Amino acid sequence: MMRQLYQSQRAMRNMRKAAMQRGVVAILDVGTSKIACLILRFDGPERTPANDGVGSMAGQSQFRVIGAATTRSRGVRFGEVDAMQETERAIRTAVQAAQKMANLRVDHVIACFSGARPRSYGLDGQTAVQGTIVTDQDIGRVLAACELPDYGADREVLHAQPINFALDHRSGMSDPRGQIGQQLTTDLHLLTVDASVIENLLYCIKRCDLELAGLASSAYVSGIASLVEDEQELGAACIDMGGGSTGISVFIRKHMIYADSVRMGGDHVTGDISMGLKVPMATAERIKTFYGGIFATGMDDREMIEIGGDTGDWERDRRTVSRAELIGIMRPRVEEILEDVRARLDAAGFQHLPGQSIVLTGGGSQIPGLDSLASRILGQQVRLGRPLRVQGLPQAATGPAFAGAVGLTLFAAHPQDEWWDFEVPAEKYSGKSFRKAVKWFKDNW
Amino acid sequence: MFSMIRRRAPALYPVPEVKVRRDPAPTRWHYRYQRMMLTPTYRILVRVGLPILTVALIGSLWYNNDANRTMVTSQIASLRASFEQRPEFMVNTVEITGAQPALELAIADLLDVSLPTSSWALDLDSMRASVTELTAVKSATLRVRLGGTLEIAVIERVPVAVWRYTDGLRLIDSEGVMTGMIPTRGDRADLPLIAGDGAKDRIIEALALFNAAQPIADRVRGLVRMGERRWDMVLDRDQRILLPGQDPVAALQRVIALDEAQDMLARDIAVVDMRIGTRPTIRLNQPAMNVLRNTEQVEPVAGE
Repeated sequence: MMRQLYQSQRAMRNMRKAAMQRGVVAILDVGTSKIACLILRFDGPERTPANDGVGSMAGQSQFRVIGAATTRSRGVRFGEVDAMQETERAIRTAVQAAQKMANLRVDHVIACFSGARPRSYGLDGQTAVQGTIVTDQDIGRVLAACELPDYGADREVLHAQPINFALDHRSGMSDPRGQIGQQLTTDLHLLTVDASVIENLLYCIKRCDLELAGLASSAYVSGIASLVEDEQELGAACIDMGGGSTGISVFIRKHMIYADSVRMGGDHVTGDISMGLKVPMATAERIKTFYGGIFATGMDDREMIEIGGDTGDWERDRRTVSRAELIGIMRPRVEEILEDVRARLDAAGFQHLPGQSIVLTGGGSQIPGLDSLASRILGQQVRLGRPLRVQGLPQAATGPAFAGAVGLTLFAAHPQDEWWDFEVPAEKYSGKSFRKAVKWFKDNW
Repeated sequence: MFSMIRRRAPALYPVPEVKVRRDPAPTRWHYRYQRMMLTPTYRILVRVGLPILTVALIGSLWYNNDANRTMVTSQIASLRASFEQRPEFMVNTVEITGAQPALELAIADLLDVSLPTSSWALDLDSMRASVTELTAVKSATLRVRLGGTLEIAVIERVPVAVWRYTDGLRLIDSEGVMTGMIPTRGDRADLPLIAGDGAKDRIIEALALFNAAQPIADRVRGLVRMGERRWDMVLDRDQRILLPGQDPVAALQRVIALDEAQDMLARDIAVVDMRIGTRPTIRLNQPAMNVLRNTEQVEPVAGE
């Protein structure tokens, strides 16, 4: 199982390398409310990495967004593929429009999704250094020495990032290679998701004649995009309020140490409005984006919103609702989401981090007044975040709703070292591989 | 409070017309087609290859028609002709320099250029070849001068000797090439006479011998090449000087020295044989022989 995952992730890394050589890769953010596709062109040589983490495998590249397209998402619920054909069509639409803008064909795609019930595990491993100096092999062995938890047969590892190394009594190393010591210890952050979700997404992408060159958790990449450097260093949480789910990622020392998601988002707010006001979802969405809010003032009682309808019944079609009522519908749901986030953060021990800042991003974070509500629930250091600025990104795609897509471009250009970037020591392979080959023959012939 | 009561009804905020935008997804085949057309190879093929192919196809179909083809060739020919017939390319006169009138006539006869003609139509190389084929011409330079003149600069061969051959008297130049024929010896009395097979190949040697024979020039009739090997100098009164194959000039000079010292050639001698340098021999005529036999005391001949 693990071996298989290791191989498939390796294959994806190789695909990414091929895409880098081609110089063009597509970014696909499969969200519940929208599917965004960006096309990146890598030009300029790969720079030597700024040394954070263990040191990058691929290095930072100069890149530029040359195509961008967004389409209404269809067939995605809670950030998971729900109706395969619909999702495939939506991906096709986005990819085609982006290709048209870029005037270029892309074959490799790096995707992210928000759902699939991510679960974080903190692992540690320990090994004796062979020789005196820590080498790549030692890192591979110490990562392989981590004891894997039983995370379930129907789940897959999405990220497995070494977040800390300790050599003898010295801890907090980002890169122990070349250092002298005897005992190497590592902390590994493992993020698992439902396997079926990945399989469905893979199938959709494959149906679009695209090759998957990488897969990331949406919570993780929005954290990369919207947390500034000191927040990433000192400890911060990024709350990505998407359409169908709200992703939580906690960063410290420039590594993600925790990720989770609340299976509620902006679509649920819209649903509440739709149910409460008895309007179609499209109208409810429109009302939410135009008049939505969290805090009602006296003025809001007098602001009447015409909610309309087309039944032909005059009384029904001329209904109005005050903005205060609308806020009254929206606020409990937003509060519920934030309470849930609070619970997850508490469970993760967020209050023990040196930095407590919380960054709200994602399309849902655009609700007016959300920051003050969030600061009541989550703590004082709340701010609204927008994704970093990326070269060539169209103005329309710079809002907080594109945090995931922008983060994914950064992820594509400069991926963090994962477990599978290091060679597994040879003794782990041997023995089983021959038996496996025999088994494969038996199964297939 | 009154003002509150009389306040106008609050403004209604209309919800903008919600139009569910059509969001058509491309069909799978359309998507694939688009991707194919974005592939560089196909793009080049469609943008460059297809137009070229179309033009080539139309052109070849049009050219396939016989009438069109002849039209094209005749058009090209007429264009070419009109270009070649421009006055700046026309040749109006032929100027032959360095040739005697007879040769000039011969050259003009040979070339047979119908003037005026275009300089494009003249094949100067072949004309030059045919001019230099004339025996009297050593070399020729042909060029079309500015102003439409074909200039033929000829360097003639200069005859240096008369060669009596089976078919008559030939004039030959210093390279041994025949430049013409003369009916009688008297026509070119100024030139020395040579005869015999292979004489023309050693013309330089012959000239050197004639030069060396200056003191007896009035007596020299000519040189005869013997057996394509050596020279006989023939003097009047049927006297002959047999010269060796090697270094004949020195031998001749010895004979002339003898002649000057002892007046040898004036005597009744038929042949002076210098073929063997260490043993020059003379042959007397019969009367002299008889006189010699009857003489008691023989005066030794010098050089014996």
